[in-house]
Amino acid sequence: MPSRLQQTLDEGSFAVSAEIAPPKGFDFSHPLEVAKRLWGHVDALNVTDFQSASVKASSLALCIDLIQNGIQPVLQMTGRDRNRIAIQGELLSAAHFGIQNILALTGDHPKTGDNPQAKPVFELDAIGILQTAETLIEGKDLGGNELLGQSPEFFLGAVVSPVFDPIEVQLIQMRKKIRCGARFFQTQGIFSLDVARRFKEQTEGYNTKILYGIIPLRSPGMARFMNRKIPGIEVPNDLIETLEKSENKEQDGIKIAAELISKLKEEKLCDGVHIMAIGAEGNVEKILKEAGLWT
Amino acid sequence: MCATGGQEAVDELKAELKENGYDVLDATVLTTSCNDLLTKKELKPLKEAVEDSDLIVSLACGNGVQTLAKLTGKRVVPSNNTLFVGERIRGGVFEETCRTCGACVLGRTAAICPVSRCSKGLLNGPCGGSIDGYCEVDPELKCAWIEIYNRLKEDDRLDLLEEVEPIRSYINVSHPRKLNRRGR
Ligand code: SF4
Ligand code: SF4
Repeated sequence: MPSRLQQTLDEGSFAVSAEIAPPKGFDFSHPLEVAKRLWGHVDALNVTDFQSASVKASSLALCIDLIQNGIQPVLQMTGRDRNRIAIQGELLSAAHFGIQNILALTGDHPKTGDNPQAKPVFELDAIGILQTAETLIEGKDLGGNELLGQSPEFFLGAVVSPVFDPIEVQLIQMRKKIRCGARFFQTQGIFSLDVARRFKEQTEGYNTKILYGIIPLRSPGMARFMNRKIPGIEVPNDLIETLEKSENKEQDGIKIAAELISKLKEEKLCDGVHIMAIGAEGNVEKILKEAGLWT
Repeated sequence: MCATGGQEAVDELKAELKENGYDVLDATVLTTSCNDLLTKKELKPLKEAVEDSDLIVSLACGNGVQTLAKLTGKRVVPSNNTLFVGERIRGGVFEETCRTCGACVLGRTAAICPVSRCSKGLLNGPCGGSIDGYCEVDPELKCAWIEIYNRLKEDDRLDLLEEVEPIRSYINVSHPRKLNRRGR
């Protein structure tokens, strides 16, 4: 049976996924608690893979915990730390546990993380991981060897940055990812309807589903920091000013995010949203309630 | 060109070693030390010094150090750290341009090498990490893939970037490599 995320997208309903991160440690109770509260209101919990190139418990481990609690995850898989043998092995392991949603990413460089001494792998990039997953779906491994038993069923996704100069580069990469099996895309966080409208036009006719990334802002400082440091992020100045004047910045950040989601849905600018609360996962519930999506 | 060897550098090292109380038996510049036969020949007149030595310091690249160790049977140490195959940008400034990866892609990347000049060595186009044309890993490094894109665009060859690269096989490019052009 297709995953819930796939079903929602296939039937043309508005999909919601939320991002959670495995801890730096081995107590999973916090992300698990967050996931349990959200499941039923979201279509998937998206589990990061050594987010920010930093040492944490693995994405697969938390995904297994989730699925054993009846919660469907999206397994994020980067090419930074694994060669093709490890990637294929993890994908097969995911299939064993019934994990279907896979998000292929190239991954941040170890130098940007908390173990910068690490040897970068990058044998496969996001496109290579998609090619690999497709090969497994066809019942073979990359070495051309047959898999035993059933072939895995995956619902493959990838990422794209709608704010990128030159955008043509992102569109070319996106088209390649679609050709290699990406059936849904999560975007980098967006903060304005104009970006969404423009990107919808730019990707007109692309045979895939797009979930816009939503990052609730908690302070003007966070917005300015992301503008400076995070590739593909562009928080408009008027939003930063609104937050500066705000008496309750976190609450207003939630409101801004919820409004954006409502308008994206109303104007049918995308197939869903992917909420990245980055360390404040409790806010996802508030955003969905505010946006009228806590159903 | 990099001033890591040559007569001047050898003389300098000799003087420094002497100053530090070492007995320097000889200080010679070989034509090249990665050619086995030639090196063997050029070592002949130095036979005595080599035999009497406890240690040979080589100012060659990592390759030359190994050739010397093999041919002399002596303990040979490098005086240099072999950094990269590069290009002299201007006096004293060098950049890595080829990692001798064994599966050259320059033909489809507008003669800009992504293996050595993209921080992740990506083969299939850029990651999403470049900011204003610079790499996420090093804000002073131009994103190789954005440069490739710009050049391909200029040449009206963006179709090359649109192609999905088959996953690279490392069977024939893993290390150590050998080349035998004699056919046996
Ligand atoms: S692709 Fe780059 S590293 Fe490989 S041989 Fe060509 S120039 Fe050298
Ligand atoms: S930003 Fe450009 S150079 Fe840096 S890792 Fe990504 S593609 Fe490579």
